[in-house]
Amino acid sequence: MNEMLAATVSRAEVEDLFYHEADLLDSWRLDEWLDLLTEDAAYYVPPNDRPDADARYTLFTIADDMVRLRERIIRLKDPNCHAEYPQSRTRRMIGNVRVTGSEGDLICAAANFIVHRFRYNDLDRVFVGHYRYKLKRQGGRLKIAERRAILDAQELGQLGSVSFIL
Amino acid sequence: MNYQPSGHDFVVENPAQQKFFVNREVFVSPDVFEREKRAIFDRCWVYVGHGSELKNPGDFKTRPVAGRPVIFCRDREGTVRALINCCRHRGALVCREREGNARQFYCMYHGWTYHPDGRLKSVPGEDAYGGTFDKSEMGLVPVPRLEHYRDFYFANFDAEAVDLATYLGKAKDYIDLVIDQSPSGRMQIISGTQEYDIRANWKLLVENSVDDYHLVSTHSTWLNYMRNSGVNVTPPKGELLPTRGFGKDLGNGHLTTDNPNYRGRPVAKWISVYGEDAKADIDAMRNELVARLGSARAARVADTNRNLAIFPNLVINDGSSVTVRHFYPVAPDRMHVTAWALGPVEETEAQRARRLHAFLTFYGPGGFATPDDVAALEAAQLGFAAWREVPWSDLSRGMGKARDEQLATDEGHLRVFWRKWNEMMEGRP
Repeated sequence: MNEMLAATVSRAEVEDLFYHEADLLDSWRLDEWLDLLTEDAAYYVPPNDRPDADARYTLFTIADDMVRLRERIIRLKDPNCHAEYPQSRTRRMIGNVRVTGSEGDLICAAANFIVHRFRYNDLDRVFVGHYRYKLKRQGGRLKIAERRAILDAQELGQLGSVSFIL
Repeated sequence: MNYQPSGHDFVVENPAQQKFFVNREVFVSPDVFEREKRAIFDRCWVYVGHGSELKNPGDFKTRPVAGRPVIFCRDREGTVRALINCCRHRGALVCREREGNARQFYCMYHGWTYHPDGRLKSVPGEDAYGGTFDKSEMGLVPVPRLEHYRDFYFANFDAEAVDLATYLGKAKDYIDLVIDQSPSGRMQIISGTQEYDIRANWKLLVENSVDDYHLVSTHSTWLNYMRNSGVNVTPPKGELLPTRGFGKDLGNGHLTTDNPNYRGRPVAKWISVYGEDAKADIDAMRNELVARLGSARAARVADTNRNLAIFPNLVINDGSSVTVRHFYPVAPDRMHVTAWALGPVEETEAQRARRLHAFLTFYGPGGFATPDDVAALEAAQLGFAAWREVPWSDLSRGMGKARDEQLATDEGHLRVFWRKWNEMMEGRP
């Protein structure tokens, strides 16, 4: 761990980023959200039975590189994305934010989440888990190089689909 | 729900009028749900798991099979077993973990211990039982029948059922097409399980898994993704889909689609989504197929996509990836789905990554397609609240055509499922 690098970022700065991100996602401002990510970012939701796995060898729920993530956003904005049309209302609670270290030029950070998802004709589905982030400073801005949303549920079960950005 | 049966037939077929209707009562009725457990799930061969999930002696997975808690395991001698996870003493689960490797199964209630082959190993305070207590008769109860076809293990709770090979019949040919992708004939379940509920009747997922009619309307965003990635998905004039495929009756209620491929195949049909650097690798896999199987069989394996439905509730989609998916009803309006990816054991890291990437683009709870299928099925289930006023689902597409002319966008193969379902529910053999 490069303690010097980790020391260049404060918890408050990381919190600001995460809270801003949560607001963009809950408001479905998805293009602005994409702008928080680096050009080579990745977004993962590991399978519930293999929360620590590597997407190269394991079937994930979501394992997007930036090409597919951009396509995911195109899809999410399309009224023919039936799983998210009408769009879910979501509300994210982000807590226990920590700077956890560094890897190369990436700053590692973590947070807990509770995401409520509401849809017409549906139950309140509550997604609980934690995020692991890799952040990169680019031109003075802290950007997201990798975000991993790890669910605590033993299986998706009644959570159903992860059709929104978790 | 205040349910009163309507007294209507569930499946109504009128060849003269080219009509085939299913009464929506079958999707909402608690009576039907209870009867299905006995008439279908207790009489059919139902999927348990794949041998590759149990690599070493002692490996186990616990999972429900036809509503029973089951330990799917490999004993110390290497034999695959399916033991009912229920202590002979007072009935508690003897294994409460999802998976692992066990030297023994230990009931935490009173400490009875069983070998991984099911034999009762030890009983605390055994001397308190009278002289008639025989440990050799008190092992874990196996499922009545357990058989496999090429490492796909199925259980049957009817001891009198026909053997699995007879039951599968022509569906075996389509399993063979999946397995022929491996140079050694060995496929494996890849780690990582997708498990999710759908708030809809389980039979809707049988229909949906093989119904190509819904592709353009339900999955237009996936088609857009393919188009954006440089794949030609525009149907020829007069066609609903990019290629013309068929829906086939395989007998015994099993059915499949059989479509010329347009969406790429990890083994072995390159499309632009895979990237230029994958081309040589996929060509080499194609050459291996031709050398091993001959060009005709290689083309059969690598240029066609098949969504295979094995009655009642197992689906193997062999297309842009291979999925193994089964689903159980937990209520008339809810099912539990479990899905895995299957791939050749020989795959390199790059080949495996390509397979998984292709899987996730379409399939699963985070894919670009499956969540929209779930939305469609849940929308149908909500509509069924009006089953008395709008009672009939229409599955008449292609009724006027011969059996071997049924397109994958027709509903001839869906009718195969419904006829078998109805036959079993009416107690016919």
